[in-house]
Amino acid sequence: MQLELIHASYSYEPEKPDARLAVSDVSLTLNKGEFVGLIGHTGSGKSTLIQFLNGLLKPTSGDVLFEGRSILEKGYPVKTLRQRVGLVFQYPEYQLFEAEVFKDVCFGPKNMGLPKEEVEARAKKALALVGLGPDYYEKSPFELSGGEKRRAAIAGILAMEPDFLILDEPAAGLDPGGRNAILSEVSELNKKEGMGVILVSHSMEDVANYADRLLVMSDGKVLYDAPPREVFRHYRELEKIGLSAPQVTYIAHALRERGFMVSEDIMTVAEAKEEILRVLKMKEAGQPLPGNEEDPA
Amino acid sequence: MIRDITLGQYYEADSVLHKLDPRVKLAFTVLYIVSLYVGKGLFCFAFAGAFLVFVIALSKVPVRFMLRGLRSILFLLIFSAILNMFMTDGRILAEWWIFKITWEGILMALQMMIRLVFLIMGSSLLTLTTTPNELTDGLEKALGFLKIFHVPVHEVGMMMSIALRFIPILIEEVNKIMKAQMARGADFDTGGLIKKAKAMLPMLIPLFISAFRRAGDLALAMEARCYHGGDGRTKLHLLKYKKADLIAYLVLLVYMAGMIVLRIFTGNVPLIPGVFASVTGPVKAEERA
Repeated sequence: MQLELIHASYSYEPEKPDARLAVSDVSLTLNKGEFVGLIGHTGSGKSTLIQFLNGLLKPTSGDVLFEGRSILEKGYPVKTLRQRVGLVFQYPEYQLFEAEVFKDVCFGPKNMGLPKEEVEARAKKALALVGLGPDYYEKSPFELSGGEKRRAAIAGILAMEPDFLILDEPAAGLDPGGRNAILSEVSELNKKEGMGVILVSHSMEDVANYADRLLVMSDGKVLYDAPPREVFRHYRELEKIGLSAPQVTYIAHALRERGFMVSEDIMTVAEAKEEILRVLKMKEAGQPLPGNEEDPA
Repeated sequence: MIRDITLGQYYEADSVLHKLDPRVKLAFTVLYIVSLYVGKGLFCFAFAGAFLVFVIALSKVPVRFMLRGLRSILFLLIFSAILNMFMTDGRILAEWWIFKITWEGILMALQMMIRLVFLIMGSSLLTLTTTPNELTDGLEKALGFLKIFHVPVHEVGMMMSIALRFIPILIEEVNKIMKAQMARGADFDTGGLIKKAKAMLPMLIPLFISAFRRAGDLALAMEARCYHGGDGRTKLHLLKYKKADLIAYLVLLVYMAGMIVLRIFTGNVPLIPGVFASVTGPVKAEERA
């Protein structure tokens, strides 16, 4: 199951031929089961790009394929597409409208025209997936905390049981606890249910921790499309477009400059810990540090 | 989509009219409307029309923008014209069952239409050449005397400018919420009236909630900057009359005087003099017989 963009471009002012393109000639393929991170500076075209994928925006030129079929075709069932490609916008809690959490989560599957039992079963499952138990079903969305509201809103999309889940900065404005909870739940959905996840984020740490493929956008173009480790090797280029590598990567580089030869490819705190311990142990054992042979000291 | 709605139809241009003090333009609008009701007969309306053409030419606003404003009242125009045509008593031109068209009716309808068209075009000039902020500033200053009667002029003006400022923000919000609900399979376009109205709920409720939230935030932000209403508050843009404004007032005065003079001396001349004369003839003949 695939989502494909083929030379897709988007202009907010199509009548002006020389207007800046929000997305400019992007071709890429997203597969089910992948966890893709999407990073880019504000205004780099991320939000426009993700709206192509469920047909909310139509590229002004180029094509979008879902399972090999163009979604721009006349009569393509866009509603079905939106159920199979779930899109969670930024601050999704602002779209909650029902008096009870449970009813709100039912909105999506109800729009699919499913029977009542199925709708409720799906809503229960979705709420369980985001860690909201039966005590929450009858609460008003306004009684919930920020993190809980966000989870309820994400459950509203999950209840449609999409094959792809696109999240636009799901952790923005949450405290560290809420942030980790949401991201690890998403990661679990990806691993257990095989859901394709596209995570738009501003946090290099988050994409380093969770994504196995990283897209970097700048000025409407996809600059890098590779595993995060490879992308972060270009940290100097990333800085030029207003991004960076995870902070531990910088620490790794600083350590190497001072002759402590840890791997360059460190991008998470856990990796850094392992690697530093490894190098320290080698040092204690009196072995020459790897990669440090030519060093006169 | 909703993005395309344009409210507060300001047309940016570099014209004498744009630079005038908003109070002058307010006075123009009010006096012009009054003049349309003072005026009567062919010469008065010709004079009002000529003055309108003169002002539109000064404003540099393309005529199609003016006509766009008329399109929205087209129905009202036709409706009132037809009503006038049938409802006015007088010399009968054509008759069918209980309906009759009279010459007086036609004249009345014509006069009504001209009045309405001039009125809409004249007053749309105000919003076309004045930014919403200028307009509220002008209103606040022009109606300042109402403070004596404890009318909170400044507060009302502030509310108006905040309301206008929030229109684009709320439109953006509507777009966002609609998209978010469409991503959950909401359908805003198909179905009958009741189904469509029901479909609006998932959009309207979050919109209201967010409007209240924004209002609360704004109130806090204003208080944090020590806003406490109009007393003793100074202005960033002081309204001051310039030479052009005084000339404009003078032109306006001359126009009003001209209108009154025309009304007194030519008020009896009907809108379509020729036709009227030909009808009047036979009627008199009948009377003689």
